[in-house]
Amino acid sequence: MKTIIVIPAYNEEKTIGGVLRKLKDNGYKDIIVVDDGSKDKTFEIASNEKIKVFKHMINRGLGGALNTGISAALKENADIIVTFDADGQHDFRDISKLNYYIEHGYDVAIGNRINEKMPFLRRIGNKGLDFVTYLLFGIYVNDSQAGLRMFSRKAASLIEIKTNRMEVSSEIITEIGRHKLKLKEVPIRTIYTEYSLSKGNSVWNGFRIAFKLFLRRIM
Amino acid sequence: MLIIQIVGIAIAFFSLLMVLLRFKKKELTLREFILWGIFWIILGVFVVYPELMSRLARLFGVGRGVDIIIYLALILLFYLMFKINIRMERIEQDITKIVKEEALKKK
Repeated sequence: MKTIIVIPAYNEEKTIGGVLRKLKDNGYKDIIVVDDGSKDKTFEIASNEKIKVFKHMINRGLGGALNTGISAALKENADIIVTFDADGQHDFRDISKLNYYIEHGYDVAIGNRINEKMPFLRRIGNKGLDFVTYLLFGIYVNDSQAGLRMFSRKAASLIEIKTNRMEVSSEIITEIGRHKLKLKEVPIRTIYTEYSLSKGNSVWNGFRIAFKLFLRRIM
Repeated sequence: MLIIQIVGIAIAFFSLLMVLLRFKKKELTLREFILWGIFWIILGVFVVYPELMSRLARLFGVGRGVDIIIYLALILLFYLMFKINIRMERIEQDITKIVKEEALKKK
């Protein structure tokens, strides 16, 4: 079974090197980084790590980067595809937790960060998006915005990513529902550093995402 | 005839001409041509016979003829904004497709 880890990265020069080394030191050698048009040294740092790096010539957002990364992984004949954030908020040990479920018949396993100490405002925002995802697409998951996900090859081929930015997280959930894929939510650890908190969803972003999802729904 | 009516007729006539010209240059599809044509003709009729508008307004239970225009204009604007939003989303998706293909081409 070939497992490929897809890491979308936009201006992550501070963390990408550490994230990559940690993964490699722990046996995850097949890594694809999609540099989403970073203006810093993300591309150079990732390129030094003997992994596959793809570069977007302009920034397209998380959805675009995941789309490119997953397509590349499928081309490399991955049996299992993992998406992993570049900001260092995930613990590599959780990958094997997700893997357990994929090996036992689930098509998709996604991380569920709710048990961790998520800051209050962030939690409200995320819950709101979980709810919007539910309203528009009829699927409820506990943490639709988590970046750590694992797909079987079948699931990765079926899921069609159309949205460009943060709304992709909800889109993936709805695609899972549309194709009736077997989904497992797995509790994961989240390392909230000041750095990872400065990124991610703000409340305003939440509204924007909701509107984009609505457009996706009717288009 | 009021000055505003003369101006209104001129605008409607000129716009109709533009629609016709753009259709001839194949910048508009037949559907768009018909829709815009009808739109400007109706507007012209209303300018010439304002009482028609008042009658229409009464029919809909709106106070004055001018009010119904404002309501219709608002609806039209919302609709157009919505259409533009959808078109922009399409363009964004197309750009992403190009960027993706380019990224996958060069290793």
